[in-house]
Amino acid sequence: MYQFKVHKADKLSTALDLFNASDEPAYIAGGHTLIPTMKQRLSAPSDVIDLATIPGLDAITLVGDTLQIGAMATHAKVAASSLVQEHCAALANLAGGIGDRQVRYRGTIGGSLANNDPAADYPAAALGLGAQIVTDRRTIPSDTFFKAMFETALEPDEIIQAIHFPQVDQAVYLKFPNPASRYAMVGVMLTRTAGETRIAITGAAASVFRAATFETALTADFSVSAIEAVTLSAETLNTDMHASAEYRAHLCKVLIQRGVEALTA
Amino acid sequence: MSGSLIGKRVLRKEDHRFVSGKGRYTDDIQLVGVTYAAFVRSPYARADIKSFDVSEALAAPGVIAVLTGEEVVKDGLGGLPCGWMIHSKDGSEMRQPHHPVLAADRVNYLGEPVALVIAETQLEAKNAAEMVMVDFEPLTAVVNPATASQAETLYEAVPNNVCYEWELGDEAATDAGLAAAAHITTLQLTNNRLIPNAIEPRAALAEYNSGTDEIILHTTSQNPHLVRLIMTAFVQIAPEHKLRVIAPDVGGGFGSKIFIYSEETALAWAAKKLGLTIKWTAERSESFLTDAHGRDHVSEAQLALSAEGEFLALKVKTIANMGAYLSTFASAVPTYLYGTLLAGQYRTPAIYVEVDSVFTNTAPVDAYRGAGRPEATYLVERIVEKAAAEMGLDPAELRRRNFIGRDQFPYQTPVALEYDTGDYEASLSKALEMADYDTFATRQAEAASRGKLRGIGLSCYIEACGLAPSQVAGALGAGVGLWESGEVRVNPTGSVTVLTGSHSHGQGHETTFAQLVADRLGLPIEDVEVVHGDTGKLDFGLGTYGSRSLAVGGSALSVAADKVVEKGRKIAAHLLRTDVDNIDFDAPVFKMLDSNESKTFQEIAFAAYVNHDYPSDELEPGLAEKAFYDPLNFTYPAGTHICEVEIDPDTGVVEVVQFVAVDDFGTIINPMIVEGQVHGGLAQGIGQALLEQAVYDDTGQLITGSYMDYCMPRADNFPDFKVGMTCTPCTHNPVGAKGCGEAGAIGSPPAVMNAITHALGGIEVDMPATSEKVWRAVQTMRTLKTA
Ligand SMILES: Cc1cc2nc3c(=O)[nH]c(=O)nc-3n(C[C@H](O)[C@H](O)[C@H](O)COP(=O)(O)OP(=O)(O)OC[C@H]3O[C@@H](n4cnc5c(N)ncnc54)[C@H](O)[C@@H]3O)c2cc1C
Repeated sequence: MYQFKVHKADKLSTALDLFNASDEPAYIAGGHTLIPTMKQRLSAPSDVIDLATIPGLDAITLVGDTLQIGAMATHAKVAASSLVQEHCAALANLAGGIGDRQVRYRGTIGGSLANNDPAADYPAAALGLGAQIVTDRRTIPSDTFFKAMFETALEPDEIIQAIHFPQVDQAVYLKFPNPASRYAMVGVMLTRTAGETRIAITGAAASVFRAATFETALTADFSVSAIEAVTLSAETLNTDMHASAEYRAHLCKVLIQRGVEALTA
Repeated sequence: MSGSLIGKRVLRKEDHRFVSGKGRYTDDIQLVGVTYAAFVRSPYARADIKSFDVSEALAAPGVIAVLTGEEVVKDGLGGLPCGWMIHSKDGSEMRQPHHPVLAADRVNYLGEPVALVIAETQLEAKNAAEMVMVDFEPLTAVVNPATASQAETLYEAVPNNVCYEWELGDEAATDAGLAAAAHITTLQLTNNRLIPNAIEPRAALAEYNSGTDEIILHTTSQNPHLVRLIMTAFVQIAPEHKLRVIAPDVGGGFGSKIFIYSEETALAWAAKKLGLTIKWTAERSESFLTDAHGRDHVSEAQLALSAEGEFLALKVKTIANMGAYLSTFASAVPTYLYGTLLAGQYRTPAIYVEVDSVFTNTAPVDAYRGAGRPEATYLVERIVEKAAAEMGLDPAELRRRNFIGRDQFPYQTPVALEYDTGDYEASLSKALEMADYDTFATRQAEAASRGKLRGIGLSCYIEACGLAPSQVAGALGAGVGLWESGEVRVNPTGSVTVLTGSHSHGQGHETTFAQLVADRLGLPIEDVEVVHGDTGKLDFGLGTYGSRSLAVGGSALSVAADKVVEKGRKIAAHLLRTDVDNIDFDAPVFKMLDSNESKTFQEIAFAAYVNHDYPSDELEPGLAEKAFYDPLNFTYPAGTHICEVEIDPDTGVVEVVQFVAVDDFGTIINPMIVEGQVHGGLAQGIGQALLEQAVYDDTGQLITGSYMDYCMPRADNFPDFKVGMTCTPCTHNPVGAKGCGEAGAIGSPPAVMNAITHALGGIEVDMPATSEKVWRAVQTMRTLKTA
């Protein structure tokens, strides 16, 4: 780790000002991505601006039909929230399956989405549930938020404030963990709203994506047999020492099938 | 009272310290005026070093000195030696490239240290290390051991990158056995490369006292005397009596802390050269790169059987990867710790093994929990199980037909070892019973109804522990005898300090050794303190590895305790004005045989130090005795492991649903500690079978350089282990103990892989059985079935 300064922001505007006044600034939320990369000397911010000290940024509320989760809500808080469990149990389960206890007590939903790790779980939730990412300056639909590996639509100084999840009829998240890191080797968020199926897949490619062919087939007929012949092309999927693209494509389908079974059981 | 502590589940004395944060590991030690070191490492697997430029680093804040490989050359330091000479088939000596403390002109593996920066703070040292400019010219790396002998030669003195071409056994007799066979089973397999991952990374703290010209090196070592010997006699950083090596609490090693590495050596050298106190603690990524790795074999084997399933011959050819240099004991691992174990528990009359050891541009490979014996067991137990399947025999039955019977000991194998004792049938039948072997088909059918493939696999392992009878080891090329020292020092008040040359890095010696000595002397265990890990306090010792500590180190203490009793009897005779022969020791009391007069142990201890009236020509004051115990043979722990797995055919995920381990470790001092050792060993062995794997890419970059990719087993990867014991005490040491530290890691991998192969209907996969490999095997199985 290199030397750096820590600032504690008391409101969003201070955080923003601090960011724009620093040479190499970085916001920090749970620090469970940022700090490991700093320790490995892969990133070297001059100024680290702590968002944890901004009051109210971790609130979880239901406004109408929309579940609003503050960016600083930890995975543990989301997993344990009765509001989330009632409104979207799949989301609570997803949060409860991230990393280990220590990670869940520090890592945040905002940090995870801003980071857009290709193997992280939350991007699948945001995209699969059709969430809106609310920042200090605008609202970004999840369909346009995730750009590429570790890249999002956020401006360098833009701060995620909250994530708004609309009500869906049914949702399930299935994760096939990488045996070493236990991030998602493949993670599938499968949701249904007014007969329409939405599927977001994480872990399998450079960034989270929607499985369009499966969505179409399942929107037409929500059953395992409807997707018997549907496949996912391995062409754009990741190959690494843990899984080839072909195996990942296969796993995606297995998880989708299991998701359909779970929702039709 | 003697005998009352052996076999008791005494809670570990050291655990209070460990679990309450009071352990004192190398990095915990705080010394005044300490400075910090950071190493500059090669970013390439192989490169020429054109030049060093240290000017920017030297000018950086807090920097005190920068030492490079060039200073090592200037100071004339010796290389890091390998302590075991192996001869090739043609009689020639193994080839050993020079292993520099810091590389000066060529680097040979990723992470090899080339320079060391010393600064006032750790941060300053690390910052400045990045400023050391090394002009590397990358060269093509040789990574794959299977093809290394055909690749570009890495060292002039090592043609074809071959360290040695070793053989053991009778080739003609083995070929005759193959020719006479009714059935031959062949098998190709790899034994995957592993990274040790001790929870405490390597660390060193070197201080130099110019007043006494002494270096004190605190370090993470399993054998501090060996560290001192090699650093002084071979690397020549100081005379032996001017280097004191202290290994305080050590947090795991699994072998990786036996060896003498560049970093610790460089620190001791730099401390003296610069007159400084210097600390270095490896970062986890440095551990991945530079702790000696384990295993890494490619093998093929043939097992010849008669029509009745009698083993006639076993022929094995193995390529072993040594990495870039020969680490301290590397050469012995794939030879005398491997080839000699290929008889397993069986009467196979003819065995022949060839081992080619090769150099590659990867981290050095050396002994890792089991060292050679897991590789041998994996090969033997896989091929035996495969033979059973091919011949349509029950794998337990096939083993039974070939076991060395309990009445056939001592048993001379065709691969040099003479087993002293054992009862293989006893552990097999106990394990079969504990595993409900007979009702497996019911469980398999039930699993099938849930869409799962269930398989069961056996492994009847043997290992050679208690390294080692010095004469045998010497004849086989060991650079040192492998005895152990021990001292039982009775204090005037009757409490006892036990000093041992072996060292604990988590095994609980402070309890087991205290239990042993307290039992012999009839004392409460609280009165016995164990001291280890300090060359300044102890006689020369050989340390802890190869499950030798109790069998060899414990035996030394047992002999020393007997000597204490003998001396005590003399003192009692003197005090009671009688003849020594008239004194009996009924622990803890010295009794006169022909009267009811007696002396307690405490009275004798006190008298030993305070009496004024000893007949000085017959009896010296004091009550402290030492022993150097040299074992007469290896010990041979053995047992049966049975694994049951379930495979999800859709994903290839393997779940270990039952694991039974029945082991014969001879006499057991503390069953709780032994079970803990078994559990840990099983976790590592099952981890090797399913999860762990060190992977380099074609250029020699380490892909598994962190826990993101190197898969460490976690508790939820395992079921509750069912552990059982049988006992045939070792016949040739006074404790009767055989050693238990490695058995779990030795016996379990073939049990797991046999279970997987069974579930897959005979389709083989290599370790680790990742879900993708297993999924692909399921596809193959289905294609074959429908074909
Ligand atoms: C051992 C381990 C295991 C893990 N396992 C998993 C897993 O299984 N699945 C998974 O999904 N994740 C996993 N993670 C990641 C973890 O859950 C966090 O989600 C992740 O580290 C990011 O959240 P954070 O709050 O820690 O963000 P930080 O590390 O603090 O920040 C990450 C990045 O986001 C930026 N940032 C943070 N908050 C905001 C904001 N509000 N607005 C704009 N930018 C912001 C930061 O500047 C930084 O660039 C694991 C992490 C560890 C260390």
